[in-house]
Amino acid sequence: MDTYAVLTEKLSRHFGDFVAVDGVTLRVSTGEVFGFLGPNGAGKTTLIRMLCGLLKPTSGRATVGGYDVYRESERIKQHIGYMSQRFSLYGDLTVQENIDFYGGIYGLSRERVQRKREELLSTLHLGRYRNLLTRDLPLGFKQRLALGCAMLHEPPILFLDEPTSGVDPAARRAFWEVIHATARQGTTIFVTTHFMEEAEYCHRVAIMNFGKVVALDSPGSLKTRYQKSTMQEVFVAILQQEGANSEFREEPA
Amino acid sequence: MERETKRLRNRNQLKHGSGVQVLIDIEKLSRDFGDIQAVKSVSLKVGAGEIVGLIGPDGAGKTTLMRMVCALIPPTSGTVRVLDQDVREHPERVRREIGYMPQQFSLYADLTVEQNLHFFADIFQVTREEREKRLRELYRFSRLEPFRRRAAGALSGGMKQKLALSCALIHRPQVLVLDEPTFGVDPLSRQEFWQLLQQIKQEGTGILVSTAYMDEAALCDRVALMHRGRIIARGAPDDLIRQFPYPLFRLEGTDLRQLLEFFRRIPGVRSTTLFGDALHVSFDEQPEENQWQQWYRENPGILLHHQSISPTIEDVFLELMKENNGSSS
Repeated sequence: MDTYAVLTEKLSRHFGDFVAVDGVTLRVSTGEVFGFLGPNGAGKTTLIRMLCGLLKPTSGRATVGGYDVYRESERIKQHIGYMSQRFSLYGDLTVQENIDFYGGIYGLSRERVQRKREELLSTLHLGRYRNLLTRDLPLGFKQRLALGCAMLHEPPILFLDEPTSGVDPAARRAFWEVIHATARQGTTIFVTTHFMEEAEYCHRVAIMNFGKVVALDSPGSLKTRYQKSTMQEVFVAILQQEGANSEFREEPA
Repeated sequence: MERETKRLRNRNQLKHGSGVQVLIDIEKLSRDFGDIQAVKSVSLKVGAGEIVGLIGPDGAGKTTLMRMVCALIPPTSGTVRVLDQDVREHPERVRREIGYMPQQFSLYADLTVEQNLHFFADIFQVTREEREKRLRELYRFSRLEPFRRRAAGALSGGMKQKLALSCALIHRPQVLVLDEPTFGVDPLSRQEFWQLLQQIKQEGTGILVSTAYMDEAALCDRVALMHRGRIIARGAPDDLIRQFPYPLFRLEGTDLRQLLEFFRRIPGVRSTTLFGDALHVSFDEQPEENQWQQWYRENPGILLHHQSISPTIEDVFLELMKENNGSSS
């Protein structure tokens, strides 16, 4: 067993000739808020799906919570929460029914579901809406509910894939307050985002491009290294530099 | 509370501001869904060569408003005129004149990136020379050229969004209605997409666009903030920023969350908001210098620096949301 929540070594995934994830090596510590940035199609979602035990790697090594992604994917699923870009909530169930349903899937006792449900409805400010059908909720509410369902079984590691896309500034901050409160209790958070300001809230960030990690450090160190005042500027600078290096990169037909 | 700029108070039917042609003219538009009033008596104009941004929380009515402008759902009351035609009387004509990108855009999953673009170019009858030029522009912002032979169904979420956006922009209608076009799009592509929008605007196009990104709102000529079906504030971003009535400070420190908790408890503090690696704190009244000295003493090694700043459009948005949530819920 190691002390890292997520450990990968030269992890790769090919789809036919296309290399979606290309030799990624990462060490994410327990309790860390780890941000994962990169242009669309860089391989962020593919990497997360491998770490969640949903997709087999083509090569390389990875453990999540100490479990091997090749051999122990079922154990991994019990130890993580995963909120996907297209989170799966049941539109024709109410808020409360969705939570209870996920409680059943995770095999939690009735008392535990009840306790955790009330706690989540309150921290996520969803109590007033508990009896509304999920399909009638605005996007920001659905996102909060999806986060709640992913956290219901109190997993030590949370994977959040673009949890705040399309969410207004007030709702995004409310969302991040929950994330930080959760991290302070020792939960490891692995989060992708396109809001560069949210990258500042992470302990460390990795920037991915064409399947590779091209930068990895704390936001403060990255800003110092690239002599920029915001992560937005760092991101643009790194990608423009990368773009200059890969002008002729072409996908095989 | 409605904050209008002088420019908007001029309710000239055909001319807008300094004699610009009005392309979209929304008058007292409302839409109910059963008991829910999704849009409540909204009036708004979009002129030629103008980008008007719609911002507001989820469920504020932005999408419903845009769908009425595009003649996709009828209003309960009020009117929309697009290029001087009533959308209720001429829905087909209006739909032909408007380039509309909905939140859920349909691409052909089994066609490649390139084939999708050509398909939409065919539908909109874009000529061969124009097509070449547009494709170059669109590939520049989207960075999809290396993926042009990939099936749309095999693209990542954000790449699909960029392809949908490219398909919507392959023709150049006079009026563009874009519903959260940059949803899930990466920062560099967003920046280049907005450069493209500015360029399209120069050609005289009127653009109505909704967004959750406040840095994009700042790039609009005017923004309208919707909340619970109404426009509660509107104007040029700079004017809205100038109207922000409270002293605002940017604080730096070693533990921003602790500082946030600290300032939340100080009387006279209106709001405390995290902005990346700094904290924004607004006050009812300008704090005295000796108060700052005391706050430094009470947070040794934690509060490192404070500086008076002018707000961003995000500060304005958060303040207005706070005022309106307090008074009406």
